[in-house]
Amino acid sequence: MAELRDLYQELILEHSKAPRNYRALPAANRKVEGYNPLCGDRFTIYVEMEGDTIRNIGFEGAGCAISKASASMMTQSVKGKSRAEAEQLFERFHSLVTGQPVADGNAPPLGKLEVFSGVSEFPLRVKCATLAWHALHAALEGKQASISTE
Amino acid sequence: MTTAARKFPTEPRDAAAPAATCAIDIQKVRADFPILRQEVHGKPLVYLDNAATSQKPRVVIEALTRYYERSNANIHRGVHYLSERATEDYEAARGIAAGFLGAAQSSEIVFVRGATEAINLVAQTFGRTRVGAGDEILLTTMEHHSNIVPWQMLCQEKGARLRVAPISDSGELLLDEFEKLLGPKTRLVAVTHVSNALGSINPIRQIVAMAHDRGVPVLVDGAQAVPHLRVNVRELGCDFYAFSGHKVYGPTGIGVLYGKAELLEAMPPYQGGGDMISSVSFEKTTYNRVPFKFEAGTPHVAGAIGLGVALAYVNSLGLENIGAHEHALLEYATAAVSAIPGIRLIGTAREKAGVLSFVMEGVHPHDIGTILDQEGIAIRTGHHCSEPVMQRFGIPATARASFAVYNTFEEVDALVRGIEKVREVFA
Repeated sequence: MAELRDLYQELILEHSKAPRNYRALPAANRKVEGYNPLCGDRFTIYVEMEGDTIRNIGFEGAGCAISKASASMMTQSVKGKSRAEAEQLFERFHSLVTGQPVADGNAPPLGKLEVFSGVSEFPLRVKCATLAWHALHAALEGKQASISTE
Repeated sequence: MTTAARKFPTEPRDAAAPAATCAIDIQKVRADFPILRQEVHGKPLVYLDNAATSQKPRVVIEALTRYYERSNANIHRGVHYLSERATEDYEAARGIAAGFLGAAQSSEIVFVRGATEAINLVAQTFGRTRVGAGDEILLTTMEHHSNIVPWQMLCQEKGARLRVAPISDSGELLLDEFEKLLGPKTRLVAVTHVSNALGSINPIRQIVAMAHDRGVPVLVDGAQAVPHLRVNVRELGCDFYAFSGHKVYGPTGIGVLYGKAELLEAMPPYQGGGDMISSVSFEKTTYNRVPFKFEAGTPHVAGAIGLGVALAYVNSLGLENIGAHEHALLEYATAAVSAIPGIRLIGTAREKAGVLSFVMEGVHPHDIGTILDQEGIAIRTGHHCSEPVMQRFGIPATARASFAVYNTFEEVDALVRGIEKVREVFA
């Protein structure tokens, strides 16, 4: 159970049951659907950009506890951040969940997102943890279509 | 053809014997499967992903090794001893497969990579010559993607269209609706024998009778049926029957397409190459006779031989015995799992084989899969390559436990304990 609890941390379970910013944003000027065909996880990320800043962000969809909690906590972490800051955070987060050392010493701290460190012990779940981030990345690049993890 | 099918108005109930009559010693069977003797994450492996692929008995593994150590040669062409022996073993395997399916003759058995290739072969040969603009191919909602996409590709090419017979809330084919969709434009019915996502057994004889009444041939995807039910293609009356070796204790990369001789004869070749020809010049090629016409290139000789050994192994246990044991497991698991609060079974057809699909309130199947894996229990989670089934039930995915002859009641208990653990984690 020890390892399982590493993956399913209380904060993750809590976010998966009561996701934050779980709504469509009518004012969104970026909208991307992220889809993992392997497990059927599907989220739509809504982003309201103001210049280079993520003014507001929301998401909707269905997926496992890891993907939903990750999407929820991502929205909290990137709200108000610049595009570059959000991208740096994604890079840092990706390193965390894949168990890679952080290359950039100046990268912003992950804060609460550290709770996903247990994912690195479950390689099959990395795509769950990064699905929303991939969709956000696509949205920040101005893509409007769907992205897939495959 | 229709008369023959009508001789058997009811479907077989192969898998209906109670547990008490189980005629095989399951512990002895388990000892035949080396892979089962291991621990996963410190727990004994409980392998319940048999609908994805079954494990292999030692006799199959040894047959592959023996072939490569003693017989390996190319077939149908060498004059030397090894080639002769490899050819004999390969063709003997074809004979075993023919007997296994109750085919009239071995030449009705085409070796392919698996059920997927078998269906693609029929779509690209029979389909391309028989299906034209405005024609229809009739499927059901419960098809695996491998019995959807090849027909979709054919329809796109020919300007034909797919019709889809619906299923009930319990996962049974609605036969009345199916019959209504059989029309003057229907050129082929392609239907699964057993649903991989739901476990439902389709009434193939009735389906064939309805289709043949209108002169429509029927392809049956038997990938999930042959490991569990005694199949006799002549009793079923179907025109094509496809299955994969790896789901019936055989090697991966080998499978069987059964086709009625007169249909195979009339079909153009699938792929061009060596072994599928009688003579070749730059002006004209004469194709080999069936089934060789459909087996271009050096086939998976070792795989075919291994498949023959696997089918003989199944025969030695007796499919009726296998089916009875699995049915008892399924009934036991169905009662135990459905008693867990928050569980909903997906697929509750009266006639089922091998598969227990379920969802759990508030917990995604993927999380169930990860937590069970930590308990050493292998199940499948996801859409099971049957997205239309998921859409039909309004769910993104299910967790699926699927049984084989070597599974035990204790393993079902472990599954139930594992699901209880999922509830604890998500409490």
